[in-house]
Amino acid sequence: MSNARTQILDGIRRSLKRGPLDQAAARALEMRLERPLRGPVPARTRGLDRDGLVRLFERLALEVNATVVRVRDLDAVPDAVADFLAAHNLPADIAMAPDPLLDRVPWHKRPLLNLRRGRSHGQDAVGLSAAFAGIAETGTLMLASGVDSPSTLNFLPETHVVVLPAARVVGPIEDAWDRLRAAQPGEQLAGPTMPRTVNFITGPSRTGDIEQKILMGAHGPRRLHIVIVEDESAGPQP
Amino acid sequence: MQPTSHRFKENVRGALADAALQRALRFFDFGQAGLAERRRQAVAKLPEFEALREQAKAIKDHTLANLDWYLERFEKNCTAAGGHVHWCRDAEEARQTVLDICRRVGARTVTKGKSMIGEEIAINDFLAANGIEPIETDLGEYIVQIRHEAPSHIIAPAIHLTKDQVAASFRDTHKQFDPARPLEEPRALLDEARGVLRQKFLEADVGITGANFLIAETGSSIIVTNEGNGDLTQLLPKAHIVLASLEKVVPTLEDAATILRVLARSATGQEMSVYTTFSTGPRRPGDLDGPGEYHVILLDNGRSQLLGTEFQEILRCIRCGACMNNCPVYASIGGHAYGWVYPGPMGAVLTPSLIGIENARHLPNASTFCGRCESVCPMKIPLPKLMRHYREQEYERRLAPATVRMGLAAWAFLARRPALYHSMARLAAGVLGRLGRRHGSFFNLPLATGWTATREMPAPQGKTFQAQWRARQRSKGRR
Repeated sequence: MSNARTQILDGIRRSLKRGPLDQAAARALEMRLERPLRGPVPARTRGLDRDGLVRLFERLALEVNATVVRVRDLDAVPDAVADFLAAHNLPADIAMAPDPLLDRVPWHKRPLLNLRRGRSHGQDAVGLSAAFAGIAETGTLMLASGVDSPSTLNFLPETHVVVLPAARVVGPIEDAWDRLRAAQPGEQLAGPTMPRTVNFITGPSRTGDIEQKILMGAHGPRRLHIVIVEDESAGPQP
Repeated sequence: MQPTSHRFKENVRGALADAALQRALRFFDFGQAGLAERRRQAVAKLPEFEALREQAKAIKDHTLANLDWYLERFEKNCTAAGGHVHWCRDAEEARQTVLDICRRVGARTVTKGKSMIGEEIAINDFLAANGIEPIETDLGEYIVQIRHEAPSHIIAPAIHLTKDQVAASFRDTHKQFDPARPLEEPRALLDEARGVLRQKFLEADVGITGANFLIAETGSSIIVTNEGNGDLTQLLPKAHIVLASLEKVVPTLEDAATILRVLARSATGQEMSVYTTFSTGPRRPGDLDGPGEYHVILLDNGRSQLLGTEFQEILRCIRCGACMNNCPVYASIGGHAYGWVYPGPMGAVLTPSLIGIENARHLPNASTFCGRCESVCPMKIPLPKLMRHYREQEYERRLAPATVRMGLAAWAFLARRPALYHSMARLAAGVLGRLGRRHGSFFNLPLATGWTATREMPAPQGKTFQAQWRARQRSKGRR
């Protein structure tokens, strides 16, 4: 296999009519990785304050068939979740990410919510997660996997409920990367410092594979419900 | 998949005579609510689209010029995250590497997300021949798999089928259900497939996906899907294998963001696809889920040879499908006629690049050079120019039959003698104009039956364009 590696790299260099990059050229590429350049960023998020970003996020998330509710603080989350499930006639059996933010929610206020902390194995009707960020540019949720954030909750249950503090809503995708970098030691996202899985989720699962007709709920969740928590103390990124 | 690109003309005749296919292709009526129109609307909503296209092109050009360095950096970061990178020169090496991994983890079934590289190396047949069951999980791919067909479009694999054909295939395949169940509605078909495939996801030992991008900065692979099948494929099994070709790498997350902004808009007219997933290595200590192993197959299969040639530009392709969604030729014949993995205008360039112009010489000729493909390509690939290069090769390497080369030689002889050319054109326009005066078009023309068999040939109006132009200028001068 190392033979194949050498041959492929040599073949690339032969086609490019040069040898391995010299030190100066490699240093320039190194710099490009250390200080990533932004391309043209859509102006639609420029100059928006927190409230403007949240409103744009909400509008675009609704356009892609998510549902959104805004609540004042974490105390109001149990009602928001229980009422949503009741309104859609869904069972109150929830698999919940063992996330510190979700642990701060006073779930006992709605004792009929049957919460289980952990990943999903496919038996759960409802998955509940906390978003790392909301990207206002496209109404996209960003979830990062980790010990307190199993990715199976995002895909296996038919209904996915995501709690998103307003303080975590950013403008363009690049701002979300900056927040993720800032959350890592050394502020780099290389190999092990990049979360194993980063999910961008823009609306519920869908397909157009049969006669181009768009249908919700292909393999992932049929419903995506986003609970935006306005209270600043619900916190920026962990 | 055994290429039939050399039989393109026969394939086309079959496609034009296939009533079910022609019915399915009605979704390509331009101006209708099809993929081309959805793309147009999405582009109109983003004022920065042109600037993003320019930047996307520049990113790929930069990466290709430094491909060796970025691939090594990708490998370093992927490996640091616990992943394994396998460099494979050709399809055979890639297939064998995948099989070795599957055998080592004792795989009986393998779920698959959509992967054009998977088609290119024909991984499904190979795994099946070695006793491992591959299951396509993208709805369109699943449909073509149970019908023992190949995908006919790179993002809409079953676009050549009607819902009735899908229903018939489900009845044939899903024998466990009541034969009298209603399957008329797409919803019923989707729900049935969802149920069947959910079980497969949970049982699979290995998950294979493609990659829309690899990121050198982080060592990640990216998949973009709408169904969520790619995520279930890579998240649940013991091992995740990523099939990627060399040119998928981009330098940074920011570069990926730029190209993602043009990808979904160009493909389906969405601002973002539903799921964009960045995967970096296997399950980490303390993680509650995720694959135990993470492998990336880096496939060359002829791509390194395209670098530094006039065909390097096709390596910018991000497989959005906009060129085929906007192609009048693809809209008439569908994807299977192209005879291999990649159809439409990008296929007319990539297929001869990968399997040789001698095996695919018809494809670069299957274009009117109307230029729509280039005008919608988010990566600004000059597809007509590249097809023209292959036409030149076809002529220079004497691959075209003698009649074609003699015809071209005769035309070249005339074209280099303007006086003779004009008098011949005058004669032809006059004769054809008189013959076709009654109907205004021909339904049957000797030497042009290939044209008149499926459509009329408009008759010339009796005078050449240049003669009419001169007459007009003269009459203007008199006024």
